Amino acid sequence: MDLLTSTTVQQIINAVSVGAIYALFALGYALVFSILGVLNLAHSAIFMWGAFIGMLALDPEKAPILIAFSIAALLLSIPSILLEKRIVQPQLLRLPHQSQRFVGLIVRVVALYLLWQIGRPIYGILIGILPETMIIPAIIAFVFSVLGGGILSVILEFTAFRPLRARNAARLAQLVSSIGAALVLVNVAQIAFDWLYNRTEGYYPRDVQLLPFIPTETWIIGDLRITPIRVVILVIALGLMVALQYMVTKTQIGQQMRAVAFNQRISSLLGIDVSRVYIVTFFLAGAFGGAAGMLFGMVFLNVTPFIGESIALVGLTAIVLGGLGSINGAVLGGFIVAFIQTASVTFGGSSYRNAIVFILLFLVLLLRPQGILGQAEENRA
Amino acid sequence: MKSKPETSHPILEVTNLQTSYGSIRALNGISFRIMHGQVVSLIGANGAGKSTTLNTISGILKADTGQIVFFEEDITGLSAHHITRRHLIQVPEGRQIIANMSVLENLMIGAHIRLDKAKVQTDLEGIFERFPRLQERRKQKAGSLSGGEQQMLAVGRALMMRPRLLMLDEPSMGLAPLLVNEVFALIAEIKSQGIPILLVEQNARKALQIADYVYVLDRGQIVNEGSAQEIQQDTDILSAYLG
Repeated sequence: MDLLTSTTVQQIINAVSVGAIYALFALGYALVFSILGVLNLAHSAIFMWGAFIGMLALDPEKAPILIAFSIAALLLSIPSILLEKRIVQPQLLRLPHQSQRFVGLIVRVVALYLLWQIGRPIYGILIGILPETMIIPAIIAFVFSVLGGGILSVILEFTAFRPLRARNAARLAQLVSSIGAALVLVNVAQIAFDWLYNRTEGYYPRDVQLLPFIPTETWIIGDLRITPIRVVILVIALGLMVALQYMVTKTQIGQQMRAVAFNQRISSLLGIDVSRVYIVTFFLAGAFGGAAGMLFGMVFLNVTPFIGESIALVGLTAIVLGGLGSINGAVLGGFIVAFIQTASVTFGGSSYRNAIVFILLFLVLLLRPQGILGQAEENRA
Repeated sequence: MKSKPETSHPILEVTNLQTSYGSIRALNGISFRIMHGQVVSLIGANGAGKSTTLNTISGILKADTGQIVFFEEDITGLSAHHITRRHLIQVPEGRQIIANMSVLENLMIGAHIRLDKAKVQTDLEGIFERFPRLQERRKQKAGSLSGGEQQMLAVGRALMMRPRLLMLDEPSMGLAPLLVNEVFALIAEIKSQGIPILLVEQNARKALQIADYVYVLDRGQIVNEGSAQEIQQDTDILSAYLG
């Protein structure tokens, strides 16, 4: 193989694995958009948290902190959800309509403060019990990232979207609300980074072995160098996408998601619990974002609270390119963006990487605003 | 009702229902009832509050005051999906099938509310027998069906949910006269199966032919009621609402 073709093949291999991460990430946008008709701009912050959580889990010194925090949060969440459903909500409904919102806000802020105060000693006790260093298998770390992303995303639905929908707020208001949520998530991450690393960046260990039987040495085939991690990423990402496709087309909850995406009102007349569908959708979107975050960390190693910013642009371009709200379009768009980015780095220079994505976004909006697989509004799935 | 054991309880009893859109009141205290096996029709001009009544019963709109009792259970204020899960099924105005799903998926999507899962398949075969066109096109997107076929699909979908009360909102709207007759023949067939129906129609002549009891709505109030024959003989109503 001459040099040019081998470089090209090498770049294609790189682009495919990066594209898989982009596609996974963009799916989260597409899922929420298809159901709510709103872009969740906090999705990139969920991605960052996925990368962050995975990094903590893989660090033997930080893992006990993550585990103690998770257990404490789990212990407190169950009674507080019960309290909210059984006592707070029914009692609020008895109040006059005008004061429900205000009293509800005060009660919940006080409750959050109390939870924090109760949570701290529980966390302290757990940290005392757990060993100082813990080695968590990478696959478990991945589960942490996926669940963490999913749970954060559901919290977003309850705090940033549902209250606005309840008062029939405009979609623009929901978009702005998601920007606010993104700022909060990034700021909290900054505080957490500062506390845990004394600076706002951290690193993944090199050559993470996701499963024991996967080799870590680079395969060399002729002039090509393939790191197994890139193959693993591709397999995981494709597996998750196939699973999502199966779920959306073949399972009951998937059909309900499509029905709600088509029309909420009809769906509720068909006995579909629309708010449950929203929760499932946000969980799935967040889980995909969290998964993409950890895979990103495994490839690029360096993680900061701000890694969401550039992937947000990539993700938006991917879904606009593929067709807003189209699940297959998001996957296609993710891979195309990765190929174009890789090509621009190979033949132009890495400093144009983001500019190219911007130009692509601009051109798509100009030439084919409905995207490659885009359809009329009524036919979104 | 307990003093008169010979008359059974109404299956649906609506008392003094008031519903508003923002500050505009659409229903001004509506009361009516439906007995077993009856077809009850709400007739009235555009904007009289017919669809608002159905949507309030379905839980899509929240009533300001009033009470809705279904099979002796107070269902006022329940969410729409909880009401549907009690097999109080509405076929909404304008058919509203899910255009990007297949005909089969449309028929099956409501069946999750049923506990008698074993009978779902039998019912589906029954629907296909009744509507051979739907069987032929079961794999096609529902959006590709003609208007009449879509209405049949919407009713078929509702029947797959085993209604204890079926509420039809303007089932003949936008259909050619021949298809209107077909829709009303279907309603008569459903009635003969003993399924009670609450029918909202602008085509009052057709509604009067099939209904047992009729309520006439005007500006959010019931201005007249009676058996279909009584209403038909009332020339004032005929001229005011039947055009």
